[in-house]
Amino acid sequence: MRKRVIFNDKALPYLLLLPQVAITLIFFFWPAAQAVYFSTQIQDAFGLRSQFVWFENFGAILSDPNYLSSIRVTVVFSVSVTVLAIAPALLLSVMADKQIRGATTYKTLLIWPYAVAPAIAAVLWLFIFHPSVGLLGRFLVAIGVPWDYALNDAQALLLVVLASAWKQISYNFLFFLAGLQSIPRSVLEAAAIDGASQTRRFWTIVFPLLSPTTFFLLVVNLVYAFFDTFGTIHALTRGGPGTSTTTLIYRVYVDGRDNLNLGTSSAQSVVLMLFVIALTMIQFRYIERRVHY
Amino acid sequence: MLHERSWHAHLALVLGVAVFAFPIYMALNGSTWDAGTIGGGRMPLYPGAEAAANYGQAWFSGEGARAKGAPVSVMMINSFLMAVIITLGKVAISIISAYAVVFFAFPLRMFFFWMIFITLMLPVEVRIIPTYAVAANLGLIDSFAGLTVPLIASATATLLFRQFFLTIPDELVEASKIDGAGPLRFFWDTVLPLSRTNIAALCVILFIYGWNQYLWPLLITTSPEMETIVIGITKLVSTADAHTDWNLIMATTVLAMLPPVAVVILMQRWFVRGLIESEK
Repeated sequence: MRKRVIFNDKALPYLLLLPQVAITLIFFFWPAAQAVYFSTQIQDAFGLRSQFVWFENFGAILSDPNYLSSIRVTVVFSVSVTVLAIAPALLLSVMADKQIRGATTYKTLLIWPYAVAPAIAAVLWLFIFHPSVGLLGRFLVAIGVPWDYALNDAQALLLVVLASAWKQISYNFLFFLAGLQSIPRSVLEAAAIDGASQTRRFWTIVFPLLSPTTFFLLVVNLVYAFFDTFGTIHALTRGGPGTSTTTLIYRVYVDGRDNLNLGTSSAQSVVLMLFVIALTMIQFRYIERRVHY
Repeated sequence: MLHERSWHAHLALVLGVAVFAFPIYMALNGSTWDAGTIGGGRMPLYPGAEAAANYGQAWFSGEGARAKGAPVSVMMINSFLMAVIITLGKVAISIISAYAVVFFAFPLRMFFFWMIFITLMLPVEVRIIPTYAVAANLGLIDSFAGLTVPLIASATATLLFRQFFLTIPDELVEASKIDGAGPLRFFWDTVLPLSRTNIAALCVILFIYGWNQYLWPLLITTSPEMETIVIGITKLVSTADAHTDWNLIMATTVLAMLPPVAVVILMQRWFVRGLIESEK
């Protein structure tokens, strides 16, 4: 799709593009290229000399049990967050889409958690589940559950999943609601006249028609769980206890900043880049399809 | 008419609202008690009497028995400046680059478009360390430029404006050309006013995005004077136990949530529009 009428200035378009392109080159492409370059180098202990080692760094991270454990943690974490953020959002949006009193008020009261920073969501839930300070934490201890997320791997993971999913429900809710509102009411009314129950109408009409939205949200939520939850993990558990909540992003941060290992940290960045490229391509292929649909 | 059992809906929605509101209520409540009561696990479910003292202490000094944070007033100003610079910066550079790509014919047009587009695949999280190194070499550590400039390139905003510009009818461009207007005049008099709605919607989303930044400010700021509020809070909780200044943390948390939540609620229409449009 091109415009027929255009301006013919020679220099102006480049000037207009300059700020965006300059930032993109300096802060996106140059660092990304460096990550690729350093991922093939090994530096000596003083960082003075480096040597080209082909894929040795990739071999090193992929045989490192800590890295493999991060992959496991990331998969469990992302799938849990995605499911826990999508299912309640779908339920709530179906309910809010009905012609009930106060639907607008409900909507307002359900969308604001989107504005809460992931790290702040973490602090809010910490205050509730802290074993000696939090309301529910103390309750769990009182009824005899050995609750301490600072010591127990599974409990720590559960808490970061809860805090991360809680914040994301609003986002999914809004997209499901927009999807539901585009379903023609006449179709639903026709099904109702044919005697289809509410549950049946949902599973045979609403849910299939929502599937483009659901698929889109699956991708977006996976990306969210991967990249935007750094703050939640950093605020709640710092990746611990042990490495039980160290996701791939958290590991890049720890290896690059605290352990100062440029080679393996860059190799991890490159692996993540490949992953984002794959996800983005899936997303755009799907959007292309939706345009024709 | 559809027969719908509405009490089901009310029950589910009230439950949802309660689950969302519960942590906020606890934070509000926590900001009205003293540190000893909370730390001892004796905080009641109704508000206490320390609200003024806690908020005052958090706002002006930020220091408690243990906490050695910057005052909330300083951190709020930092967060606010960061969010506003990121928002305006992203809108400004995206709208002019979209304008260049749509309304001009020049060599390498598509090359630049794809170059901007590809940045979608390079989120800051995957290139943390080299990006930090670049910023450090440019002397951007502990400055507002360092905090904001690396974040203001935006493929999403550029795509959004491009999409919108393509819907502007050719006749409008022709008419203003006949009137003798150049490209800058046309941008200023026609394109910008037409884009108002899109800009407003985008600003709401970007303000929240900017305010809630975490990883980048964590790396790029080291001095307390440059601390943003979201980072400031998590530094306070780094050793969460009974002796933590929970009262201050909760007062700070409430203050930190206030601006972005207020923006979402007060500008709900723009917010919903911005969110749904910018993800298309």
